[in-house]
Amino acid sequence: MAKVLMKGNEAIAEAAIRAGCRHYFGYPITPQTEVAAYMAKRMPKIGGTFLQAESEISAINMVYGVSSAGLRVMTSSSSPGVSLKQEGISYLAGSDLPALIVNVQRGGPGLGGIQPSQSDYFQATKGGGHGDYHLIVLAPASVQEMADLTVKAFDLADKYRMPAMLLADGTMGQMMEPVELPEECAHSVDKPWALTGTQGKREHNIINSLYLVPEQLEEKNLERYERYKTVERDEVMYEEYMLDDADVCVVAFGIAARVSKNAITAARAKGIKAGLIRPITLYPFPKDIIRKTAENVKGFVSVELSMGQMIDDIRLAEECKKPVTLCSRVGGMIPSPEEVLKAIEDMEGGKF
Amino acid sequence: MNSFKRVSLFAGHYGSGKTNLAVNYAIELKKHFYRVVIADLDIVNPYFRTKDSAELLEKAGIETVSPEFANSNVDLPALPSELYGVVQNRHRYAVLDIGGDDRGAYALGRFAPYILEENDFEMIYVANFCRPLTREPEEALEVMREIESAGGIPFTAIVNNTNLSHLTDEKTVAEGYAKSKRLADMSGLKLLFTSVEKRLAGNIDLENVFPIELQRKYYEIL
Repeated sequence: MAKVLMKGNEAIAEAAIRAGCRHYFGYPITPQTEVAAYMAKRMPKIGGTFLQAESEISAINMVYGVSSAGLRVMTSSSSPGVSLKQEGISYLAGSDLPALIVNVQRGGPGLGGIQPSQSDYFQATKGGGHGDYHLIVLAPASVQEMADLTVKAFDLADKYRMPAMLLADGTMGQMMEPVELPEECAHSVDKPWALTGTQGKREHNIINSLYLVPEQLEEKNLERYERYKTVERDEVMYEEYMLDDADVCVVAFGIAARVSKNAITAARAKGIKAGLIRPITLYPFPKDIIRKTAENVKGFVSVELSMGQMIDDIRLAEECKKPVTLCSRVGGMIPSPEEVLKAIEDMEGGKF
Repeated sequence: MNSFKRVSLFAGHYGSGKTNLAVNYAIELKKHFYRVVIADLDIVNPYFRTKDSAELLEKAGIETVSPEFANSNVDLPALPSELYGVVQNRHRYAVLDIGGDDRGAYALGRFAPYILEENDFEMIYVANFCRPLTREPEEALEVMREIESAGGIPFTAIVNNTNLSHLTDEKTVAEGYAKSKRLADMSGLKLLFTSVEKRLAGNIDLENVFPIELQRKYYEIL
């Protein structure tokens, strides 16, 4: 398959279709609207369902319904819309239902703005909705990864019966790059728990998150956290960049990682040994590599489009062994390579 | 690249490269005419705009008209009143950057009567056959018809802007040229030119090659 030129948002939509997703429910919001627009064009041509719901809350509950029936399903939105979906996401997690939720983040809080942001990191990785649960959270840093990680998210969601989130940002959604689309795959994951009709041949299945007996609810939670342990052990993904001899380690995901790579090139040109850890899974967070790296570096620089959210996870991962500073812009602004370079230089020179 | 019309309109499928092309075309026009204005009519995409090239355009002495809220946090599809001046003041050569697909072309409707009455325009379909929903001339023709009925102005020309961003090579351009030719035949329109990034232009052995400079943001590199 030859490469095509796509927007990040379009790449998500096409990759989802190729991963066997035939049900999309959404509500338009900048900067993710192209996901819905693309689905509106494609789904009717392939016998799928595109539905613009009356609200984000409706859309996420439609996702619950389709997932209960054992089919691949997704919704997408941007920050304020994803806040509205949180109740439904908690219900998905509480019912052990796989689904894909895409958040193409914009500046917040509140209505905020339409320009890119990463300030929904806490919401994505620390719950967002109520109760003890995790989402698998994937952070793409190119249009190619928008496509590849969409497929990966569906696979992981099905494998662990967990909702997965693709946490992108406005630049990732809007940027155009050449992309090699994934092969079309027939979705054939065995889901014996799904509501597919008993035909009088088996006991009926129940999809539910309500447990009136506390012992049962506790057991459900414990069972779920056993699964999370497996996810944390087996599914961590990250990219290392010039890390081997690094004195300063930048940690950044998504668009911030791209800017950081430019800054690292500039730092190396000045003789400063800088490297990068780019988390691809934000949950499970790449704790081990950060802890190991702490033994060899002077400190870490967390580059984020937020007031500093991932920085907490870096500190927990390296057990506060080395200093961690924040280099960030917010409100739709993006740190420049020069700003990241300055943060690297300050860390190298012990000025923080 | 001859016989310029007073008004040049760039329309086409979402993400086909209209804004980039419009900016380069305005700079070319300025070499021939004293007053050139570029107007951004894109109410669909609040992210990539002619305003991103404001500095470049200003240096070239080109007047710009952009939606008041372009590049801000306001996602409001409002167009400024100066746009009437762009179509009504016939002393300036004008380049109009229209939003993608039929959704983008709706904004053109209210200016269409002035443009049609003056009848000195080129309505240009920007074709990029590397875009997944317009891989074939048949699909592009469908988009052309949708844009025409939304914007109220018939296309008069086609530009081959087929590209794969930094991965574009001679083969990409040549394949796009063949498909553009077919689209021209199917629609009965002329193929105005093939636009190619400057780094490649020297290697392209086609009629009417228009070398262009790309707008690129720093975070798009890598």
